[in-house]
Amino acid sequence: MEYVVLLKQVPDLAEDLAIDGDGTGIDREWLSFVASEWDEYALEEALHLRDATGGSVTCLALGVESGDVSELLATCLARGADRVGKVGSFEHGPDSHAAAAAFAEALRGIPHDLVLTGVQAIDDLDGQVGPLVATRLDLPHVSVVTHIAVADGGGAVTVHQEYAGGVVGEFEVMLPAVLGVQTSREAPRYAPVSRVRQLMKTATIEALDGGGGGGGGGSGSGLVIESMAVPTVGRAAEMITGNPAAIADRIAAILAERGIGSGAAR
Amino acid sequence: MSAEILVLVEHRDGAVLDTTHELLGRARTLAAASGGEAVAVLLGSGAAGLAAGLGAARAIVVDDPGLESFSPSAYQAALVPLVRERQPVIVLISNSGPGMDVAAGLSAALDLPLAAYATDVTMDAQGPLVSSQLYAGKIEAKVRFSGGRGIVTVIAGSFSGDSTAAGGSPAVEVVGAAATDERIRFVGLIRPAAGDVDITRESVLVSVGRGIGEQDNLELVEALAAALGGAVSSSRPIADLGWLPRTRQVGKSGLKVKPKAYLALGISGAPEHLEGMRGAELIIAVNSDPRAPIFSVAHYGAVADLLDVVPALTARLGG
Ligand SMILES: Cc1cc2nc3c(=O)[nH]c(=O)nc-3n(C[C@H](O)[C@H](O)[C@H](O)COP(=O)(O)OP(=O)(O)OC[C@H]3O[C@@H](n4cnc5c(N)ncnc54)[C@H](O)[C@@H]3O)c2cc1C
Ligand SMILES: Nc1ncnc2c1ncn2[C@@H]1O[C@H](COP(=O)(O)O)[C@@H](O)[C@H]1O
Repeated sequence: MEYVVLLKQVPDLAEDLAIDGDGTGIDREWLSFVASEWDEYALEEALHLRDATGGSVTCLALGVESGDVSELLATCLARGADRVGKVGSFEHGPDSHAAAAAFAEALRGIPHDLVLTGVQAIDDLDGQVGPLVATRLDLPHVSVVTHIAVADGGGAVTVHQEYAGGVVGEFEVMLPAVLGVQTSREAPRYAPVSRVRQLMKTATIEALDGGGGGGGGGSGSGLVIESMAVPTVGRAAEMITGNPAAIADRIAAILAERGIGSGAAR
Repeated sequence: MSAEILVLVEHRDGAVLDTTHELLGRARTLAAASGGEAVAVLLGSGAAGLAAGLGAARAIVVDDPGLESFSPSAYQAALVPLVRERQPVIVLISNSGPGMDVAAGLSAALDLPLAAYATDVTMDAQGPLVSSQLYAGKIEAKVRFSGGRGIVTVIAGSFSGDSTAAGGSPAVEVVGAAATDERIRFVGLIRPAAGDVDITRESVLVSVGRGIGEQDNLELVEALAAALGGAVSSSRPIADLGWLPRTRQVGKSGLKVKPKAYLALGISGAPEHLEGMRGAELIIAVNSDPRAPIFSVAHYGAVADLLDVVPALTARLGG
């Protein structure tokens, strides 16, 4: 079974985000990047599945200048991926439609039974790359997948799609297919930093054609961003200040006013 | 282009989901503003009966055995020709698991723009205007469609779900599917086992997120919940880690709760979490990040380390 995982880096939310001069994008100057959380789950699942079925895991990322794609891909190798590749060449991460066009182009030249993406990434507005890639390649796709098992001697997979209230739908999907991974059976494995460093020097990262890197036949996302803003935090909230003891006093008082925490609750 | 606002109906177990009523409510407002019509699209097998209760001017029912239950490929095969033919100005789809599948597939197949993670959709002289959330709620964007029409996936709870204002049943048109696609076969629904505690019935929830840091720290919130006569609930990562059972998870893929008081401790307030708790009567948030989106839905907030505040509060309550 040939597994392909699509991964990206996203801005680290632990740092403050600011809006750029135009008011239509985020200020990229001081951004630090981390691997998109859900992509790490996708890779973890791919590694488990490969270990069970045999075959190989190929990790692909777009060749974007912002962040450090080589480090991302070296980390994939350190975790156990067999092959890594950079697709196309972009100044920053393009919109989902352009990303999907490039991946679809690259996938035409790479064997793939199962393509795994993260269920979503936090940094784009125009929806999920997985279903966009799948539609371009005419493959079936399922989003919000929480469980994957290979079935039918490798001709299909059984997957769970998650709904509200913890209810899941079980599906049998014919391969090749694209899945958007929500969580992995085990926490993503650790890759020692020293090993990643070493691989960044020695590993081969293939350069793959993404069909010119542009829309690749489609007309782009078709979205026009009018404005972006950092929402006013605490718009509605009354902020409690002071040391932890003072905060605790105030919270206890707010609850007591409503008869909560005085033994009268429920 | 037609002035239709199309709403994809989501139904499960023979009932239409609340989110669909929310979308239909907004579709009627948009239709009234633009002189168009709110049109519900219901895909199913023998499910036409559900159409009568929909708050739309018109309901198109695609009835086919292949649509017996949700399947991304079958839904897409049925929807693509319908949207292509009707050319609606907006297609409204819930930002749910199925919605995410269907919307992106439609967008790619029809080369129609998609604005995802929407919290608001309005219409003015320049056409639809969508407000969307990015960066887990830390940025808000206002976007338009370059061609004046597109698909919007809406976060649950963005619009009120009052369907009683509908005024009569829709005109129902039943059609057969033009095509179905059986590469994805529905096997069945799996329901979670009942939990030890039903968090939807608790009046006080002490809810923790990744900010709790370590599993051992859960003792601190258990003690606080006991002092308050409430229960402990959580964000998704805590359930994913197995630190609490899935039945304690609040949010999009967890449970929707409306307690008298909800304490959000070390929870950032991602849109998927807010979906589950924004209706609580009183929300108090403690988070070390002053920019955490949870503070835009909380009634009271404190920028502090929960590991300091929680023991102090428990002690104050005599726990
Ligand atoms: C399809 C789908 C469905 C989802 N369903 C759900 C769902 O049902 N429920 C849900 O919750 N999420 C859901 N999510 C996940 C959601 O997107 C977020 O990833 C999740 O809500 C984040 O949880 P968190 O706030 O605990 O963690 P984080 O976002 O990591 O936030 C941790 C917070 O803790 C704060 N913090 C850290 N240390 C401390 C400290 N010592 N004291 C105080 N504060 C501290 C940080 O400032 C931060 O704000 C879903 C996602 C998808 C894609
Ligand atoms: N620029 C990109 N490079 C690599 N993978 C991507 C890129 N954009 C999206 N993906 C993949 O698609 C998933 C969903 O992201 P998105 O559709 O952007 O929300 C991500 O989790 C990745 O697996």
